[in-house]
Amino acid sequence: MGILEVKGVNKRFGGLQALGDVNLSVKENSVHAIIGPNGAGKSTLLNVLVGKLIPDTGSVMFDGQSVLGRAPYEINQMGISRVFQTPEIFGDLTVMENMMIPCFAKRDGAFEMNAIASVLSQKDVVEKAEHMLKEMNMADKRQMHAAALSRGDKRRLEIGMCLSQEPRLLLLDEPTAGMARADTNNTIDLLRQINEERNITIAIIEHDMHVVFSLADRITVLAQGKPLVEDDPQNIRGNPLVREAYLGESA
Amino acid sequence: MDAILLQVLNGLDKGSAYALIALGLTLIFGTLGVVNFAHGALFMIGAFCAVTVQRILNLSYETVDESQTDFLGNALVVKTPYVEAWFGAETGGAIIDWAVPLAILFAIPIMVFVGYAMERGLIKHFYKRPHADQILVTFGLAIVLQEMIKYFYGANPIQTPAPEALSGIVNLGAIIGMDIVYPVWRIVYFFFSLLVIGGIFSFLRFTTFGMVVRAGMADRETVGLLGINIDKRFTIMFGIAAAVAGLAGVMYTPINSPNYHMGMDFLVLSFVVVVVGGMGSLPGAVLAGFLLGILESFASMNEIKSIIPGIDQIIIYVVAIIILLVRPRGLMGRKGVMEE
Amino acid sequence: MFGMNKNDTTMLLLVAVLTMLAPFILNPFPTDSGLAQFNAGYPDLMQRFVIFGIFAIGFNILFGLTGYLSFGHAAFLGVGSYSAVWMFKLLSMNVIPAILLSVAMAGVFALVIGYISLRRSGIYFSILTLAFAQMSFNLAYSVLTPITNGETGLQLTLNDPRILGVSQTADGSIPVTSLFGMEMRSTYEMVVGPWAFQFNVGYYLSALVLLAVFYLSIRIFRSPFGLMLRAVKSNQQRMNYTGLNTRPYTLAAFVISGMYAGLAGGLLASMDPLAGAERMQWTASGEVVLMTILGGAGTLIGPVLGAGFIKYFENIFSKINESVLHSWFSALPDGLEDLLVTLVYPFVGKGWHMTLGILFVLVVVFLPGGLVEGGQRITTWLRSKKADGNKPTSTTEPAE
Repeated sequence: MGILEVKGVNKRFGGLQALGDVNLSVKENSVHAIIGPNGAGKSTLLNVLVGKLIPDTGSVMFDGQSVLGRAPYEINQMGISRVFQTPEIFGDLTVMENMMIPCFAKRDGAFEMNAIASVLSQKDVVEKAEHMLKEMNMADKRQMHAAALSRGDKRRLEIGMCLSQEPRLLLLDEPTAGMARADTNNTIDLLRQINEERNITIAIIEHDMHVVFSLADRITVLAQGKPLVEDDPQNIRGNPLVREAYLGESA
Repeated sequence: MDAILLQVLNGLDKGSAYALIALGLTLIFGTLGVVNFAHGALFMIGAFCAVTVQRILNLSYETVDESQTDFLGNALVVKTPYVEAWFGAETGGAIIDWAVPLAILFAIPIMVFVGYAMERGLIKHFYKRPHADQILVTFGLAIVLQEMIKYFYGANPIQTPAPEALSGIVNLGAIIGMDIVYPVWRIVYFFFSLLVIGGIFSFLRFTTFGMVVRAGMADRETVGLLGINIDKRFTIMFGIAAAVAGLAGVMYTPINSPNYHMGMDFLVLSFVVVVVGGMGSLPGAVLAGFLLGILESFASMNEIKSIIPGIDQIIIYVVAIIILLVRPRGLMGRKGVMEE
Repeated sequence: MFGMNKNDTTMLLLVAVLTMLAPFILNPFPTDSGLAQFNAGYPDLMQRFVIFGIFAIGFNILFGLTGYLSFGHAAFLGVGSYSAVWMFKLLSMNVIPAILLSVAMAGVFALVIGYISLRRSGIYFSILTLAFAQMSFNLAYSVLTPITNGETGLQLTLNDPRILGVSQTADGSIPVTSLFGMEMRSTYEMVVGPWAFQFNVGYYLSALVLLAVFYLSIRIFRSPFGLMLRAVKSNQQRMNYTGLNTRPYTLAAFVISGMYAGLAGGLLASMDPLAGAERMQWTASGEVVLMTILGGAGTLIGPVLGAGFIKYFENIFSKINESVLHSWFSALPDGLEDLLVTLVYPFVGKGWHMTLGILFVLVVVFLPGGLVEGGQRITTWLRSKKADGNKPTSTTEPAE
């Protein structure tokens, strides 16, 4: 049994079968990549996992509990964090404030009426956020407005925010899209470190095969909404079906 | 049965006004993505165009008629409108009598200009700003326009009668053997609004210009990429929307004497109409306008008011709140438009 | 101090000094001088300053922090006023129970209206609150006449069945509102040379309440709750994917700001025990929006400044009529005098609303951050000028 078990998930948009009988099993502490050509249903699948979309049929179990029908914030509180394709951060707030919010969410849950005490008096949260900023090499930028960060920094901040929630599963949607090679390599190192040192399971959607093959323990290939293959990276490389699916796409 | 038909008819004239204002609001929201709180003020300016035309036509010169005396024994001062002097008493009198319909000719260029000036002068700077800012700036503008009208025309309602020939009442029921007495002008107003609505719809449906605008409403960026100067067309659209609101105002004056706050009074309800019809849906705006007008008229029946006192005052809001909660995109709204 | 950082403490102390010394500060001109018309140190005007300040501070907790633009907050002010007057009619002329009921009733209304309106956001939220406000106005104006006394407004009468107190005083008049015997209307006049300063009980009560709720708002701004509200404004998507439920946060903010409005309404009725439907009209909601924006939405001090600014100029501008204008410009040649009077007249006296509308547009267009941002810009400009003088090579800070 994996930590995340997707079984027989179908999702239709009008006449379009976005997901057709998708099965997926993500093992605990692994890095699982989901690849496939454009329109293969990767993003739809991700949106199902985080509760933004509800599938027509099928089940999604996280750690033995169904996530279906729960709001995104509830699924997040179960231990699934999501990194977006374009970094989603609190642009109007400072980097430090950005980092404190998930710490509060971890400590106090989905809603806490803590309206009188000063933020700075919450020593545990302040310390945790500062510690996290240091780990992300962003301590010197703590007072900057998050909107003013470079794209790479925004991405790091977003990942740091997810990590400070101590999730059990981290979902990433093309985290290196549009990045320079050096930044991409840094991100690969960061993700590997997250997986190995923090024991966080990672499910990643990626176009860049370099990223996929440097990170993944297991790969699922989607094509036209259907799972084509699920296998280890070395087997995926030589699989003729996969080559065919990608032909004309990025072969 | 007579009573019910009468209520439907009673709802039609208010519904026509709602529909016309809501149509303009939707055009502006759909094309420019702007929430225009000053749209009620455009309706009001239209109404005051009618007042102005009436006043201009009544401009008179004075002559002293020695042959007659007033009750103090002085020679009588006779006022003769210039129009009557130029065209003769009969034709001139008729022109003055038809001031309101004539005001349409005067109002169209004025309203198009006001709309154009508003869009170019102020609103175009707010396309990229948050909706809250758009609401605020147009709200401020509405106050300014309202106060200007108040300054020039005073705070009291101004009588603006319909032409003699169209101001009586008629028994509409006579044909089908019932007794439904109804003012002629309200029938005129209803058909006039149908004409305007039909005009707008055919314009959007059958002209190239309208096609581009509709495409722009559906997907602004793509149309922009085609190299079509969509902004300029949207500016014109703003002028047209202003003219529609203005015409609704001109023709409404015989039904309710215009005053400076009529715009605000209609604005809130028109917004509710837009929301009920579905933000961005033109047919929705028209449908909801008539429906809510009729609903309001039914709620003001004595039989209903005796069951729930005051229901006529709040029925529209109650319906709007229920609709927004049950079907957020409104009666005919497309999915995804402002559904957050 | 009081669990605040230095800047916030300074600001609170500043507001405290300003409100406590307001009878002096707002009365700089001797009573007999021609400039006395610019004085604002009258009890009823000072009361309005602080009461609308409270209203705006509360509105800012919702709009300034979460960005949800409500066009219906005047409804809560109205609910507060009606509740207070009923308390005076039925229970006692003491303002404490009246104000408590005002806050509680406004809170209940805000909970119901907020619960429904907050199921939508953006412009739909604004229109929903607008619809609710207009509905409340119609209810108060005609439908609920037994409770609100409709068009006339709710007033005290000589026959009110006051449980703790008398229906009429010994001399047959309506009793006045008080705080444990201190009458709200009682004013002590201090004459110093040509000046006359007025100290009014009602004003000082309102000012103390203002200080208390201003302090509360500082605490809310600096609290984790306040941080969450700012996060709602910044990025709701990220909130949801960070395990935070935005709706109870926005609802709490809505209810708190509704209670502030109810408090303001209760205080208004405590100063002058009557309540009318016009207090609930949506243009009245627009006024509090304007106060908040003009001062600086999302800043602590902004709403207080905005409320004071608008109420002050409303008072001054409304008093100016044609003859006052003529007396101002009398030194000029006749033609020029008439011209100036004609030009200025539309904007003063009854034309104050026109000025207000223009101000509204100008602020939103040029100074979305309000007076506070204006002040910051001037400070930055002065500093950069000074710095340029000292170090010609200094680089400008990156704009944010």
